[in-house]
Amino acid sequence: MIDETRPTDPALAQPPAAADEAPPAGAPAAVGPERMTVDRLGVTYGAKAAVRDVTLPIHQGEVLALIGPSGCGKTTLLRSLNRLTELTPSARRTGRILLDAQDIDAMEATALRRRVAMVFQQPNPFPMSIFDNVGYALREQALRRPRRSVLEPAVADALQRAGLYDEVAADLDAPALRLSGGQQQRLCIARAIATRPEVLLMDEPCSALDPRSTAVIEELIGELRRDLAVVIVTHNLQQAQRVGDRTAFMYLGDLVEHGPTGQIFGSPREQRTRDYVGGAFG
Amino acid sequence: MATELAPAGAPAPGAGPHPDRGGAAPRTWRPGDRVALGLCWAAGLALCLIAAAIVGYMAYRGIQYLRPSLITSRPRPSADQRGSGGFLDPIVGTVLLTVIGIALATPVAVATAVWLVEYGRPAWLARAVESGIEIVAGTPDIVIAIFGLALFQQSLFAPLSFTAAGGAVFGRSFLVAGAMMALIALPMVFGATREGLQAIPRHLREASYALGKTRIATIRRVLLPAVRPNISTGAALGMGRIAGDTAIVVVLLGATLQIDPTGNVPGLGVLRGTGSTLTSYVYNNSPAGEGAAPQKAYAAAFVLLLIVVALNFAVDLIARHAGRNGLEGTRFSA
Repeated sequence: MIDETRPTDPALAQPPAAADEAPPAGAPAAVGPERMTVDRLGVTYGAKAAVRDVTLPIHQGEVLALIGPSGCGKTTLLRSLNRLTELTPSARRTGRILLDAQDIDAMEATALRRRVAMVFQQPNPFPMSIFDNVGYALREQALRRPRRSVLEPAVADALQRAGLYDEVAADLDAPALRLSGGQQQRLCIARAIATRPEVLLMDEPCSALDPRSTAVIEELIGELRRDLAVVIVTHNLQQAQRVGDRTAFMYLGDLVEHGPTGQIFGSPREQRTRDYVGGAFG
Repeated sequence: MATELAPAGAPAPGAGPHPDRGGAAPRTWRPGDRVALGLCWAAGLALCLIAAAIVGYMAYRGIQYLRPSLITSRPRPSADQRGSGGFLDPIVGTVLLTVIGIALATPVAVATAVWLVEYGRPAWLARAVESGIEIVAGTPDIVIAIFGLALFQQSLFAPLSFTAAGGAVFGRSFLVAGAMMALIALPMVFGATREGLQAIPRHLREASYALGKTRIATIRRVLLPAVRPNISTGAALGMGRIAGDTAIVVVLLGATLQIDPTGNVPGLGVLRGTGSTLTSYVYNNSPAGEGAAPQKAYAAAFVLLLIVVALNFAVDLIARHAGRNGLEGTRFSA
């Protein structure tokens, strides 16, 4: 269940606060190995092209922020990375996506999605207890459900990494839907990282939350990127600047440019990027 | 009549007044709106009164005539009412038939609803299944009963009932009546399950797929637990329909006064044999039927009403307990 091939983390001793402050203007964080490669990706819904010819590397140990106006294809790009686009019958995908140099189309979709996990815009815990929400993610496709004592350490660990454990430890059997929105979203993060994925996809994870919960989640993202590659879609440019080590700007299905966050916001190469991020400052 | 009370006894989960009434006080409303509001109130109150009147009248009559000995003694054929016994066998018959019917209906109904909502391809087949269930739901029970008799009198189904010396299959037994009763309950369980599944937001399924779960695992571990209260509600309504049905009992259960086993195997003999239920007992004893013993009919009708009401309360409790983790009260933002 736990992926032992994952490189051990040299930054574990680093205090979380430092990670939160990390995205420095101009100077990218220490970039890890390339985990995913998006190679000439195109996605169409029927006759409508949502993503056109996107090539993009995704590195271990950094947060990649996808920005762009609504309908620019950033969510479609994100959902392509764990083949969730396949749930939409009209969606057609071209090009290649590699995970650790392996074509994701050659993998079982279920195996891929355990390695490339996802957190959605709306907090969507299952109508079960807090424990079962995380336990469900950990369960293998077995006929029998494993004993609670077997899952307990892994569930507690996932909740801890998602920064939720202390708040819910007293009653793990409480219904997940009784949690606040921010807690629900952190539960969804715990659920997603429970299987120790290599990549975490986040689709506007804070857009349904209040500013306080947003700050908690953003701090968490800063900590999580030490263990995995994070790709976050956001319509909030300030958020992209706060959490993103690298930023990719999409417009009308095209990847206009990508680079270190400081460069994208400070000295964008493309006029379209300048106009878009400029609006945020104005 | 008892089954008509079922919706009042077991309200759908999540029903009830909206917490946020919204808008200004009724006093500032336009006259038309105020009249409409008044009519809504009146309709609700009238329904409560009708339900209370049925329960109240049957309780008044029932308590007047009900004696413990009626419940504990078996009915006996006798011209003298003092010697005709009670209605133990019809009570057992009602419970047995309800259990058989709902046990057959629930798995089929749930499986059909899951297939329809979660797969539903090809579309023409899904439409055909839905209209098929609508037709079954709309078919009068006497028609279902006659069809059942024609079907189960075929020699293929001889093991399900009594076979006469000449080889003719009787086609009447608890198993046969239970199978056709399942058709009465199936649309209720199906409808409740389908509505429950359709109410589950799409993002909940996506959350499961995104965790690397298959569609089957999602159905078993996420969707079915989430609609358990709906299934319970549908089953309660279906059981009420079965317990209250008369035509199928008269045609397919034989409506024999006593439970009359077929064969020597204990248990199975009863299932293959004939019997009666409280509904057929009430009919046969009331002035509407043979008319011999209206007091016993009232007592039996009261017991039937109690069974149905108790059933609804029990299932309501189960649903409420199962709904502890349920989608009701969901809050998506802090």
